[in-house]
Amino acid sequence: MNLLRDLFLDYTLRNIALGAAVLGLVSGVLGSFAVLRRQGLMGDALSHAALPGICLGYLLTGSKAPLVLMLGAGVAGWLGMVLILRIVRHTRIDPNSALGIILTVFFGFGVVLLTVLQKRNDAGQAGLDKFLFGQAAALTQEQVVTMAALGGAALLVVLLLYKEFKLISFDPEFARSLALPTRALDLLLTSLLVVAVVIGLNTVGVVLMSAMLVAPGAAARQWTDSLGKMLGLAAAFGAVSGVAGAILSVTAERIPTGPVIILCVTGIVVASLLFGSARGLVWEWLRQARHRREMLAALAGGAGAGGGGTAP
Amino acid sequence: MSPEFVIALTAALAACACALAGVFLVLRRMALMADAISHAILPGLVAGYWMARGPNVVAGFLGATAAGLLTVWLTEALTRSRRVKEDTAIGLVFPALFALGVLLVSRFFSNVHLDTDAVLFGEIAFAPLETWRIGGRDLGPTALWTLGGLTALNAGFLALFYKELKLSTFDPGLAAALGFAPVLLHYGLMGMVAVTTVGGFTAVGAILVIALIIVPPVTASLLTDRLPALVALSVAVGVAGALAGYGLAAFWDVSIGGMIVTVLGALFGATLLLAPRKGLVAQAVRRARQRRQFAREALLVHLATHEGTAAEDRECRPAHLQEELLWTAAMADRAVAEAQSAGLVAPVDAEGHLHLTDRGREMAAEVSRK
Repeated sequence: MNLLRDLFLDYTLRNIALGAAVLGLVSGVLGSFAVLRRQGLMGDALSHAALPGICLGYLLTGSKAPLVLMLGAGVAGWLGMVLILRIVRHTRIDPNSALGIILTVFFGFGVVLLTVLQKRNDAGQAGLDKFLFGQAAALTQEQVVTMAALGGAALLVVLLLYKEFKLISFDPEFARSLALPTRALDLLLTSLLVVAVVIGLNTVGVVLMSAMLVAPGAAARQWTDSLGKMLGLAAAFGAVSGVAGAILSVTAERIPTGPVIILCVTGIVVASLLFGSARGLVWEWLRQARHRREMLAALAGGAGAGGGGTAP
Repeated sequence: MSPEFVIALTAALAACACALAGVFLVLRRMALMADAISHAILPGLVAGYWMARGPNVVAGFLGATAAGLLTVWLTEALTRSRRVKEDTAIGLVFPALFALGVLLVSRFFSNVHLDTDAVLFGEIAFAPLETWRIGGRDLGPTALWTLGGLTALNAGFLALFYKELKLSTFDPGLAAALGFAPVLLHYGLMGMVAVTTVGGFTAVGAILVIALIIVPPVTASLLTDRLPALVALSVAVGVAGALAGYGLAAFWDVSIGGMIVTVLGALFGATLLLAPRKGLVAQAVRRARQRRQFAREALLVHLATHEGTAAEDRECRPAHLQEELLWTAAMADRAVAEAQSAGLVAPVDAEGHLHLTDRGREMAAEVSRK
């Protein structure tokens, strides 16, 4: 009961839980599209590509306000995304390699910028890299509000263009034949991933962000074949893991929040893979076992009857 | 050996080892497995340390390699279950393992120095400081031994299984039919990537290892289609990037690993633009040339068709080309001007008609025959 009261009254816990819930909800919805469109690793590349933007944002403004850093991260992530899409469209380099190149080169350049900042010997830069590795425990109310506003805007776009996004996710050819601006829609939907990444960097960090995007969608997919239900479920899975991770990490000592959130959402994925009502593996195994039994029974019955017939 | 020389040699050897491991990984379109493996080895490292009751290098190495192979196996098992696509499977597996690793570190090893930042960035600048001692004899920097050994190992693996890897990469069906055990080869290759990642990241950091595995082979693939040349060029690009990056980093006093990756990125960008056949500039030039040639042929055939017919007065005027061939005025003017300067079309006569020259007529006939 104490915990429940803290959830609403304790400043730190409330911020962590709210921030993680917002992140889970937004990345659950946006990540579902990434899962369906085979862009599962886009989030990983974009979150690494954000580093130089964070450094440049600070270098240009001298401010570490969440909005400045998020804007810098967003611009760099978006630039990385555009480059990846262009490389894939205009060359024969495969998507995996394009993602890998942008990921490492942007990140490497960001590391160079970090050392430039460190050399300038100004104390203000300390903690910039923390922005990248996520420190949910230090989330401020200001950050949570910024996250919620950005995420809300992204979800609003999804709501307004739901039909169009659905069409380009499942049948891009048909969308083109309807004279929809498929390339613009494609770019917009992928750009929304950048928003999710920007929100998530601060909470779970650059490495874990990719799971935050794909895991809720992958879990939800096992329960339903309808996109609307999948998005709703993914949002719920994401938000629940966020809050659960936040609570678990404050109840025990020396447990970082980000990894716990990821392990929670991974647990949901494993359970969904096994028991999901639409595609659960356990149901398939049971079905196969029953079929095998029935077949064996039929064979035994048939063999018995046949054997009786041909016996001398 | 001076510290500068040791760092340069370490970087060059890392580039060799990684490029050799990366060629087939990139050819098999699995570049991001390097990224996944490099992150997922963290829990294996921790488990190794835990079993050895301390930061034991060998135990850590074995644990990390096992975790790398576990990542490959889990990703494949998930993909094979057909419940999620491959990209999603990778995106699920390695963060989960990394999260587990971070959790284990902060829960049980908070006193052991295992900084996640250091894992990601690495510190090649420390390479000369850690030396390998056996019985009091100083055998030189550990990183040199590790990366030299990895280079030899990877080169040996490629030399031994070159034919098998080549066939199973370009024609997996035939390789399986000939009994080349594609699964075994696949895990051999992945094992090589895992060992390289583990050995490399302690020396130069995970991001640099991933960059050295992915960027040089992709850059080289823009320059050649031949496999032996691809291997050689990958190594050359990697080593060039490593040495130039180190030089620039020393000059500007910034992160060596970061600068090497940045230089590799610049090499890739320049190659992408300027590569002789596959570069974007070469492609654009080729397309423009094809467009011009097509325009000239269309013009010649059009004039040849209507020359000396009743419709000549209407058809063979420069202005008519716009409606006949759906060209813009600029395109029509350029096509006519080019054909005239090539001596295929005569200057416009007094009545405003275009006429083919003899050579133009010949060429039109040739085009029509094609």
